[in-house]
Amino acid sequence: MKNLYPILIEALQVLIVLVASPVLVGWVRALKCRAQGRRSAGVFQPYRDLRKLFMKDIVLAENASWVFRFTPYVVFGSTLLAGAIIPIISVDLPLAATADIIALVALFAIARFFTALAGMDVGTAFGGMGSSREMMVASLAEPAMLMSVFTVSLASHSTSLSFMAHSLLETSVVLRPSLAFALIAFALIAIAENGRIPVDNPSTHLELTMIHEAMILEYSGRHLALIEWASMMKLFLFSSLGVSLFFPWGIAGPSDPLMLPLAFVALACKLALVGAAIVLIETRLAKMRIFRVPEFLGAAFLLSTLGMLSFFMLE
Amino acid sequence: MSQHLAAEINSVLSALILLSAFGLLVQRRIYGLLHIFAWQGVFLSISTAVVGYSAGLHHLYISAILTLALKVFALPYILYVLIHKLKIKKEVEDVVNVPTTMLIGIALVIFSYHLTAPIRELSTLVTRSTLAVALATVMLGLLMMITRKKAVTQIIGFLALENGLFFAATSATYGMPLVVELGVALDILIAAFIFGIFFFQIRTTFDSLDLKEMEKLKEED
Repeated sequence: MKNLYPILIEALQVLIVLVASPVLVGWVRALKCRAQGRRSAGVFQPYRDLRKLFMKDIVLAENASWVFRFTPYVVFGSTLLAGAIIPIISVDLPLAATADIIALVALFAIARFFTALAGMDVGTAFGGMGSSREMMVASLAEPAMLMSVFTVSLASHSTSLSFMAHSLLETSVVLRPSLAFALIAFALIAIAENGRIPVDNPSTHLELTMIHEAMILEYSGRHLALIEWASMMKLFLFSSLGVSLFFPWGIAGPSDPLMLPLAFVALACKLALVGAAIVLIETRLAKMRIFRVPEFLGAAFLLSTLGMLSFFMLE
Repeated sequence: MSQHLAAEINSVLSALILLSAFGLLVQRRIYGLLHIFAWQGVFLSISTAVVGYSAGLHHLYISAILTLALKVFALPYILYVLIHKLKIKKEVEDVVNVPTTMLIGIALVIFSYHLTAPIRELSTLVTRSTLAVALATVMLGLLMMITRKKAVTQIIGFLALENGLFFAATSATYGMPLVVELGVALDILIAAFIFGIFFFQIRTTFDSLDLKEMEKLKEED
């Protein structure tokens, strides 16, 4: 029983990532509808969308290669694996020892790499345009993301995610400018990585402005369902990564099963707040020009670097 | 309020001052620049008051109030009126583009951290760690003066540089004597008026506030 407990936790967490991510997206959409004075389709609408897509047939382009068919599974698998690493409800994850924060960034990079390849594979103009834009955003977001999480690593003396969350859980609350900078930078990067406004618009199919949607325009049926589900999981994972790195209170400690219900409630509350914050940002801002995105991400890089520097200078 | 908490609040404020110095570097709109400059003044004033409280030096309160009155209200107002009267274009023009300026700025921060490392070892004040930030603010003000084309933005750079010097004085030595601070404050105020006169003169001579035009002043050889 003692040995089984971490495995159970791990399975529970993967299940939570799979099941709760459409709810988070549904929550964001419902709140956004309310904020814009529309009637929403309910929090569970993403489930219905996914079920509909899974039941539909796949339409493949004639010249689609194995990369195109392979990509949805790679994207889904690597995102799910990332979900097994991030401490969401408990820091006691057996898989967390296999990969640290750098490997996590690499997992997201694999998913993105294959999506970009698939975008170019069929040879439509939109796919190539989306891929090139996505790579531009990625090349700027990744260094900033690493700098931002390294600042947290410096404060907790580790790059292992569950150890980082655990050590921040143990320390008392202090005013730390470095972590504040890292948090703001992380929020900017999470917006860019998940293709939310002001960098990309997740609900548009307007040709000139889309980034992520342009790459997956050729997908249909269960391929599309897998990719959509993966992007929902990505939003969920980025939110819970930010929450567990910067506000870890409520996450269950090692071998502490009684904390789990509390951890679950805490997670739900924190993610609901994150969703509200996303809606607040998205209703207040307009999408920016694509050539302004480097400046946006440059600001994220600047903030994360300032966070790291102020760790050395002020703490 | 304990010493430790005061030092922590002060380090948060110094981080905000550094952030606003970078904000001045990347801001494109001239009224935005004025707002950020005013905010920098607010942080500086609170920081001075906190240092005054934790060190028990009451003359620092006077300089905090002076900072608040001058750098948060008077100077931005004077500059606002100047910009309004001169009908200056709302966009800031730089010589170097924004991302490059940011990277140079980061390099300057690292440089000033290294430069002040020996002083940190010697000093015993609770505020000693903010000295690097103060020096970085001076450097960033200088950088802003170098990379901007128009006279008004260069003036804001100069004033930000002065903020850095003031912050350095408070963090390294708990502030200059009150007489000196009063003198400096008066100087800054007068300087702002003289800048205003200069702006009008420059514009009537060259029909522009672009300082590149001043190169015409040299004699032909």
